[in-house]
Amino acid sequence: MVYKSLVSISDYGREDYLDILDKAESFEQNPNRRLLEGKVVATLFFEPSTRTRLSFETAVNRLGGRVIGFADASCSSVTKGECLKDTIRIVGNYADLIIMRHPLEGAARYASEISTVPIINAGDGANQHPSQTLLDLYSIRKTQGRLDHLNIMMIGDLKYGRTVHSLLMAMSHFNPTFQFVAPDALRLPKEYVRFLSEKGIPFQEYTDYMPYIEQADIIYMTRVQKERFLDPIEYERNKNAYVLTNEALQHTKDTVKVLHPLPRINEIPLDVDDNPKAYYFTQARNGLYVRQAIIAKVLQLL
Amino acid sequence: MTRDIKNEKMIVSALKNGTVIDHIPPRNLFKVIALLDLDQCTSQMTFGTNLNSKLLGKKAIIKIADLFLEEKDIDKIAMIAPTAKLNIIKDYQVVEKRALCIPDVVKGIVKCLNPKCITNNEEVPTVFEVVERHPLTLRCHYCEKTVGQEDIVLR
Repeated sequence: MVYKSLVSISDYGREDYLDILDKAESFEQNPNRRLLEGKVVATLFFEPSTRTRLSFETAVNRLGGRVIGFADASCSSVTKGECLKDTIRIVGNYADLIIMRHPLEGAARYASEISTVPIINAGDGANQHPSQTLLDLYSIRKTQGRLDHLNIMMIGDLKYGRTVHSLLMAMSHFNPTFQFVAPDALRLPKEYVRFLSEKGIPFQEYTDYMPYIEQADIIYMTRVQKERFLDPIEYERNKNAYVLTNEALQHTKDTVKVLHPLPRINEIPLDVDDNPKAYYFTQARNGLYVRQAIIAKVLQLL
Repeated sequence: MTRDIKNEKMIVSALKNGTVIDHIPPRNLFKVIALLDLDQCTSQMTFGTNLNSKLLGKKAIIKIADLFLEEKDIDKIAMIAPTAKLNIIKDYQVVEKRALCIPDVVKGIVKCLNPKCITNNEEVPTVFEVVERHPLTLRCHYCEKTVGQEDIVLR
């Protein structure tokens, strides 16, 4: 049996994505299935992340598996200076699967090369977080009934937001049209602009969403963080331009859904939560089913 | 112009045994000297720079007596000066001419620029995939960041 780690969203292609989304659908119908009976899964969080860790651990528990691991590197022998290689080798002796988050970029790729058991990357620094991207895809398909030929509007920090970059790469398999809305300081990096141009995927870049929001099928919001701006005045000038209000949502399609990887700060006011177009909390719940599906895919359980 | 080219030929053929690295962009000459640790080398050497070149306009050249480079060093030169050509001289004759070729995957030579990359924090040999050859663009196999020709730093 060939196990395949999931480190980067580009490790998988269109068919793999669809396979995971189909599996996730079946887990949504019936989340409690004892496919991991008798198996041990290690969750190694060298950097804390409560929501991602609890979501993965819930997925393992609902599949009937057992969890070992740590929620913070300070509770591990990393504090004694143990290198990643040794930690992975040793945990690989105990567990059937390793789910890891690490502050260093490339840590999960390296772990997948030295590990005897498969690795699921739950985030490596600012690099990759593939389970987030897959749950974004799941939420898009579930709300729109399809992935192909959708108009995706991304708003906020398009420069540093790794979820934006990964979702863009994953959606590129499904003939999308993109609208990118960001302040000049946080525009989409040119390597992604080049990627889209080379693939012939239509896209526009704006600094204001208002005139174009009516075309969107999906609005993908991200945080605009103060520390990304060199000039604090520039931040003050921009912070409200990327806030999505109920008023703005009146100008959108009836079928539009608002997604956000969470946590949010002020870019979506609390009163939008009750708008039927707001989908981010359901999106987060979908993460559970998608993570069950990823575990099943990586361990070839279904 | 013709006189210069003639002179260069004389200098090159004056080597009995050794290696000539030709067609180095002049601004990269000292980088090549540094990466081959030529300041530590006791062989007879000649460096020329800002010589006329049909290919590059101006070029630099290094001649080293009694030294034949290893593949690892040749790959390093390819990272810094991909236009360079190697001539292997034996008994005053050029016995081998070779253009440098950039492999599809570059292992262990180049340093990743990203301070948060695992290769800069643990003992992990670097691996880069070559995204583009002209101009040379590499992508780190681990942190997935790209680095352009001007920013390439050797380990």
